Parts: sequence; structure tokens; C-alpha cells
Amino acid sequence: MATSLAPALPPPLRESGQREVFCGLTSIVWLHRRMPDAFFLVVGSRTCAHLIQSAAGVMIFAEPRFGTAILGERDLAGLADANEELDRLVAQLLERRPEIRTLFLVGSCPSEVIKLDLAKAAERLNRQHGGQVRVLNYSGSGIETTFTQGEDGALQALIPLMPRSEQRQLLIVGTLADAVEDRLIGLFQKLGIERVVSLPPRRSTELPAVGPGTQLLLAQPFLSGTARALIDRGAELIRAPYPFGVEGSFAWMAAAAAAFAVPPERVAELLDPLVERGRRALAPLRETLAGRRLFLLPDSQLEIPLARFLSRECGMELVEVGTPYLDRQLMAEELALLPDGTQLSEGQHVDNQLARVREARPDLVVCGMGLANPLEAEGMATKWSIELVFSPIHGIDQAADLAELFARPLRRRAALSFA
Amino acid sequence: MELTLWTYEGPPHVGAMRIAASMEGVHYVLHAPQGDTYADLLFTMIERRDRRPPVTYTTFQARDLGGDTAELVKRSIADAVQRFQPEALLVGESCTAELIQDQPGALAAGMGFGDLPIVNLELPAYSKKENWGAAETFYQLVRSLLKAQLPPPGTPKPDPARWRAEGRRPRVNLLGPTLLGFRCRDDVREITQLLGGYGIDVAVVAPLGARPADLQRIPSADANVNLYPEVAGTLCSWLERQFGMACTSTVPIGIGATVAFLRQLHGLLDLELPADLQAGADGVCPAERRSRLPWYSRSVDSTYLTGKRVFIFGDATHAIAAARIARRELGFQVVGLGSYSRELAREVRAAAQELGLEALISDDYLAVEAAIAEAAPELVLGTQMERHSAKRLGIPCAVISVPLHVQDVPARYAPQMGWEGANVIFDSWVHPLMMGLEEHLIGMFRHDFEFVDGHRSHLGDGPPAAAPAGPSGDSAPATPALGLHWSPEGEAELAKIPFFVRGKVRKNTEAFARERGLAVIDSEALYEAKAHFSR
Repeated sequence: MATSLAPALPPPLRESGQREVFCGLTSIVWLHRRMPDAFFLVVGSRTCAHLIQSAAGVMIFAEPRFGTAILGERDLAGLADANEELDRLVAQLLERRPEIRTLFLVGSCPSEVIKLDLAKAAERLNRQHGGQVRVLNYSGSGIETTFTQGEDGALQALIPLMPRSEQRQLLIVGTLADAVEDRLIGLFQKLGIERVVSLPPRRSTELPAVGPGTQLLLAQPFLSGTARALIDRGAELIRAPYPFGVEGSFAWMAAAAAAFAVPPERVAELLDPLVERGRRALAPLRETLAGRRLFLLPDSQLEIPLARFLSRECGMELVEVGTPYLDRQLMAEELALLPDGTQLSEGQHVDNQLARVREARPDLVVCGMGLANPLEAEGMATKWSIELVFSPIHGIDQAADLAELFARPLRRRAALSFA
Repeated sequence: MELTLWTYEGPPHVGAMRIAASMEGVHYVLHAPQGDTYADLLFTMIERRDRRPPVTYTTFQARDLGGDTAELVKRSIADAVQRFQPEALLVGESCTAELIQDQPGALAAGMGFGDLPIVNLELPAYSKKENWGAAETFYQLVRSLLKAQLPPPGTPKPDPARWRAEGRRPRVNLLGPTLLGFRCRDDVREITQLLGGYGIDVAVVAPLGARPADLQRIPSADANVNLYPEVAGTLCSWLERQFGMACTSTVPIGIGATVAFLRQLHGLLDLELPADLQAGADGVCPAERRSRLPWYSRSVDSTYLTGKRVFIFGDATHAIAAARIARRELGFQVVGLGSYSRELAREVRAAAQELGLEALISDDYLAVEAAIAEAAPELVLGTQMERHSAKRLGIPCAVISVPLHVQDVPARYAPQMGWEGANVIFDSWVHPLMMGLEEHLIGMFRHDFEFVDGHRSHLGDGPPAAAPAGPSGDSAPATPALGLHWSPEGEAELAKIPFFVRGKVRKNTEAFARERGLAVIDSEALYEAKAHFSR
């Protein structure tokens, strides 16, 4: 049930053409860190393996908890063999990594195109290795998912395993940095919400329960499928902006508090000092950012909440806010907060969009790593978006850190002088 | 199906991208899903390129698969040609598009682009890898651009000495340098300068910096220099067969190889060998004095380099060159040699055999790491993968080959080839060892109050995490050797041994003790073992 855009927003620009975004496999990079007892096995090609290692940016500090089962010519020739081969690799992997408790088989573009049924494979492998490990599957393929959507797929794979409970609880959904999560849970508990659980959990086997007593609070805006599946399990979605910036984080916490009938005075009592402190921390960054023009290219799906934060709390002017896809339902509260006239764009034709960037000459462009240096070379400051999914940026206390990510490129440009 | 955690080489279309991105005036239309655009960041981040690689991706999605993806391909090609006005067009597909068989190359050929050279790249993604893709693309591109110049069969080979009759200086092509290669930018400058000093001009450098029109001048040179066999090997042998162009076979990395390369090239071009390339009575060729490496290596300070155990792994070209330099020019002992370049495995095996070793041909970095641990070297020369493995094992390392990290594309002039390349190699291989020595000194003086326990300089903040510290601070075996234990006195003696050989000594001593049926290893057993192994 699509809510229409806030009337003050012009219709989004819809484009199709070359998209310059990562595929859903990329989310493995943060998911495997969140659940150290899980292993992500991409069933794909050498390209998939190369993508993850390149997107991770740095290589090999440890034997990673993700890998790729690379399809070879023989696997393409006969799917029966491919299944046998996969079983062999999984057995080899589990022997090598006996500490693994959950194994995600991650579908890729080639495995989808050859219709390798990973759900069946997971069933089969569960029979073979049941007791030692749980085998799940989801797709991170680039023909179906962009970048952060991979997390949506991975979480949906976990949902059927979540026990049912009617217990009244707050369920925070979306990967958060551990420290940020602890902080937010601590605050919710101070508000009197006793039972706060997270998906994904820190241990893949310690899945939270879900049921009619569950109030669902999304920490990330790219979890549409997960939200729907949890609602199907009886959870009730708390409608709120996302916890970026002082304002968004306050509204996010306040919405959860309201769902648990925490009196507003209680919320104000706890959060007002935080808000005041958060605003104080933001003030110097606002000096750098205010009045500067911002262009967000579609990439992480965080673009709309970030645009809201950077315009409303940091005073930036929004030139264009790109998003890989627009989920009007999950973005409704965010869209309502965008300044009148904000131009959204959905999908991408990268060359046309770059032409608009060049014409607008914004002060700051948020984009993927493939585009950052070329735009810098053309004289525009950039912020690469992948950092946003690795950094602790959620919550009132992190608002200044989040603003700093955008202020730094501008400050750096101003700090440099040659000749 | 093959399990891969980290990979040395990307897929073959990334090799094709390296050719396209290295050149000017070439555009590559790649039929590929959206995630494949990640490859742009290899160029813009690792190489810090200031522009996007000249690649248009069709970025098809699942919903396109039901419809007409061929139309999408044609639209992308038409847009790219119109927008970028290329002088030559490469058309190909990545792994996923290969499965849906839209034949983008054939589609492009039928679109009526007139004189625009179009190269249809068929790079089998499920059996080949990046370097093969680069070599094949380079070859196919040149072949299609030289079609009109192909000499009819039976044409006599051009005389490599024809420059003399034509009253000009001899000229050669430098073939193979690309973006994301190891120090290619600086090697080209070094070799161009080196050849200039011997009166040899460079006709075409390709693919790095070349335009399609430059490739059409390739046959105007008297010979080819196969600078990077991984990328230029296929092309050089085709040019030799079809155009009769002579080609060098030595890659000028290291003093000996640079001299051999120059001598070979003088021979190919029928140039008289100048005095400075001839060995004097003392066996020294005067030209080698242009590099500091020979003197630095002979100087007394380098005595401590003697017999240093070194493990070498990389692409074939750099690994083979490194083995020769390590053994002959620095006096190291090569304890392991290998490469992930299966296409050049024969050459690597031959080089290893000369050193009395069996080459490790593998693209499994864990197998390489295991081989390093087993060989217990004091220095690792490898790729970024081995740098991480070596870090984990607590062994000094220098990077000699791709795959690269951003730090392997230095701002300064840092070639590997020629005289200056030898200087760079001396510094970059010896410095990690110096720091290794510093660790040793720290170990020796660790009881002095200046040194807090666990002080380590370049090897990180503490002992390597993957190697649990034993009682003497070395990497003890995860499970104590069956029925064997070290007496406190034996442990104390072991602790006096420099850290970088301690693991090896522990292992050898335990093997010795087992062989002798000892239950306890004390200092006597340690010295017995030492004597046994130093025979």
C-alpha cells in the first residue's frame, strides 16, 4: 500500500540505464563480522569472489568467514554434478571450520541464471550436517539485489528459524555496531522497555523470538522484505524515521517508547540532555556544512535518511537525492521530513546522472568508490558511501560523528594548498 | 567447483578492462549485471585513477531476462559509441552474460558502425582468469587493427637490421605494461631511458598510454620487447609468426637480467655490443656500475644478508626474476619459489629446478601460506596476499608482484626494471630484513629496562594473533608433540634463540627428539639437535 509522496515533493526522476552500484553480496562484508559463528558461502563465479575482496578494500587479516564456491565449466555442464560438488565443498569447509554454526549459501547472478536450487541444497546439507551446523540460503545476486539489500535477504533467511513468543518485546532489526547497539539497548531499558532483542543477533544461533507481542523497530531503511516477513509472524511495525542524526534518532526512540506506552515526560527526561549534548556536538560541524550543496548518487539505500539529516540538522542544500529503489512505505516518515521541492531520483543512468552532477557543481557528492576519485579530479569533494555501512553512525550520540564523515572532505579540501 | 576465500586474479573480463583502461580512445561495452561495476574501483581506488575506466556495463536485471536482453545490449552499444566516440570498440560479456548467450560481439558487428574497429571478445569466465583475459584482449585488439597490414604468406621476414639501410636509429616496441600491473608506469620510463642510452628508440609503448592508431604502428619497429609476458606473450608470438618480428625473451629485472636483456637486444638488432656490456677480466660488466645494487650487495654491511632464507611467490615474471636476484645478486638462499600463473608454470618450474626446489604452482593462498610456514623463511617476497600471510606468521615481507594494494602504487619513481629498478629492489627487500634484525636486537636486549616486554616495531602491536605464543614467546605447536615435553631449562635455552628461527628450531628439535625416542627436551637435547641439523 503505497503512500503517495509528500505533496511538496516533485515526482521522482525515474531512470534506467547503467547502474553503478554493488550487488547484494557486498553486505557479507559487514554481516560476517556481526555473526562471528556464521560462514557465508557464495555459490558463484570468480567475479563474485573478486567483488567481495575488492569491496572489502583491505585484504586478508584473518582467514575470512566468507568464501566463494566458484562454478567451473563442468558444473555448468551438469547441475547434478554441481550439487555433488557443492556438497563436497561444504563438507570440506565444515571440516576445516568446525566452529561454524550457521552456513549461509548465498546465491549469485550465475547460480540464479543456471537455476541452481540453493534452497534444495540447503535442505540436503541440513540432513547431512544437521546437529553440527544449520544451512540457510538467500540470494545476493546483482540481477535481483543491490548492495545493502543483501542484508535484507540474509535476515529473511533467518526468520523461519526464530521461535514464536507472545512476550512483549522490542525487536531492533538491522546490523548495528556492537557498541552502538549496547548503548541504544541501555537507553531503551532506562525508558522502561525491559525486553530488547536484535536481529541479526551477535551469535547466529541465539535468534530472538517473534510473535504478536513483538514491536518491530527498523534500524536500517533497506530491510523491506525482512519487515514484511516479521509482520507476517505477528510483529507490529513501529513507524518512525531512521536513527540518523539527533532528530531522527530521537524520533526513532520516541516512537518505540510510545509503542510501549512510556509517558512522553519520561522520554524527555532521559533524552533531552542527550539531544542538547548532541546538538552542541553538531554545531561546529554545521558551520562547515551549512549552505553547502549536496548531491547523493544512488548506492547504499541510506541516501534519503542521510539527506534528511544533512539538510535539516546540518543546513545542507539538496541538489538531488538518488536512491537505488524507493520503498514508499518504509520511507514515508523520512519523505515527510524532506524539505519542500527536494528532487529524488530512483534507479540510475550513471552517465546522465554524472552530467547533472557536472552541471550542478555541488560542493559534496556522496557516491560509490568507483566514482569518487574521478569526481574529485573534476574538482568536487566526495564522500564514499561504503564507509556509511561500516561506521557506527546510528543514534543521538553518533550524530556528530555522522556529520563529521561529510564535513571532513570539505575541511580537507580547504586545508590543502599547493604552489 | 572450487572453494576460494581470496583470489590472486580476477575474472578474464577484468583483464580486458585493464587493456581498455590502459589505453586512450578505446571503449569496452561489457554485458554484465549491476554488481560487476565494482571493477571500476580497482582502477579509481587502487591505481588512484582520475577518471572512470572506459567501460559501459549493460547492468541487466532479473526482470530483463524474461524480455529482450539483446535489445539492451544494442542500446548500450549505441549509447556508448555515440557518447564516447571511441577509435576502437571492445565488446564482451562477464560470467553471467556468458550464460545467457546474447552474442554481444556479433550484435555490435551488425549495427553498422562503418569503419569503427570492433573486437568481439570471447573470454571464457568459467575456465580462464584475469591475466589470460588481458593477454587475449591485447592480442585480439592488435590483430584486428593490423588485419590490413598482414603480409601475404611467403613474405620474407623483415631484417631486424633494416634500420641501418634506412639510415635511422633502431627502434623497438615495449609491449605489456598495463594499469594494475606491478610498477609498469615506472618500468616503461626506466627502459625507455635505458634503451635511449644505447641508441635504441622506442616506437610504441602498449597498451599503457597507446591509442588504436599507435597499435597500427607496431610493425614499423625492428623488434618487440616482451616486457610483461603474462600480458604480451600471446601477442609477441603472433607478431613473430605473422610479421616476422624478433622478440626479447629476457625480462630486465635485476642486474644480470638487465645485462642479458641488453645483450640479447643488441644481438637481435645486429648492433655491435658496446664495451660496457662486455665482461671485463674481473668478470664484471662495466654497465652494472650504473646501479648501486652490486656494490651495496658486496659492501661489508651486507654480510648479514648471506644465506638469508627467502620464500618467493608471485606472477611468473616477477617470481622468476626475484629468485635469480635473491640467489645470485643478494646471496640469499631461496627456500621456496612459486606462482599462481598457470600459463607460465613451465618457466617457473624450470627456475625452481635450477635452485633444487620444486615449484609451487597454486592459486590457493592458504596452500601458499602453509608452504611459507613449512619453509620457515626469514623473508617473504610475494603479493599482497603473502604480505598478510607473512604478517600473521611474523615474517618480514616485501611485495614484488600483483595483486596490489594502493600502497604498491607509490607516488615516487620506483621501477623494478633496469638499473634504478635494481636499486629499488635492494632497498625494498633489505629494509624489512633490517627491521627483522632490529627485532632480533630487541630480543637480545629485552632484559634491558629500555625495552618493555613484547615491544615490537614493524610487526604490529603484539605477537601475531594467529600464532599462540608458547612459553618462550614463539609459535608453539597447537597441541604439544605427543609424549614429548620441554624441560624448563630446555625452554630457557630455546628462548635465547632469535625469534625468527625459533619456530624452526623447535620443530627440528622435536623431530630429532622423537627420532631418538627422547621424552624430555633439555638444553643438551637442543644442542644435540643443533649439531645434528647443521651437519
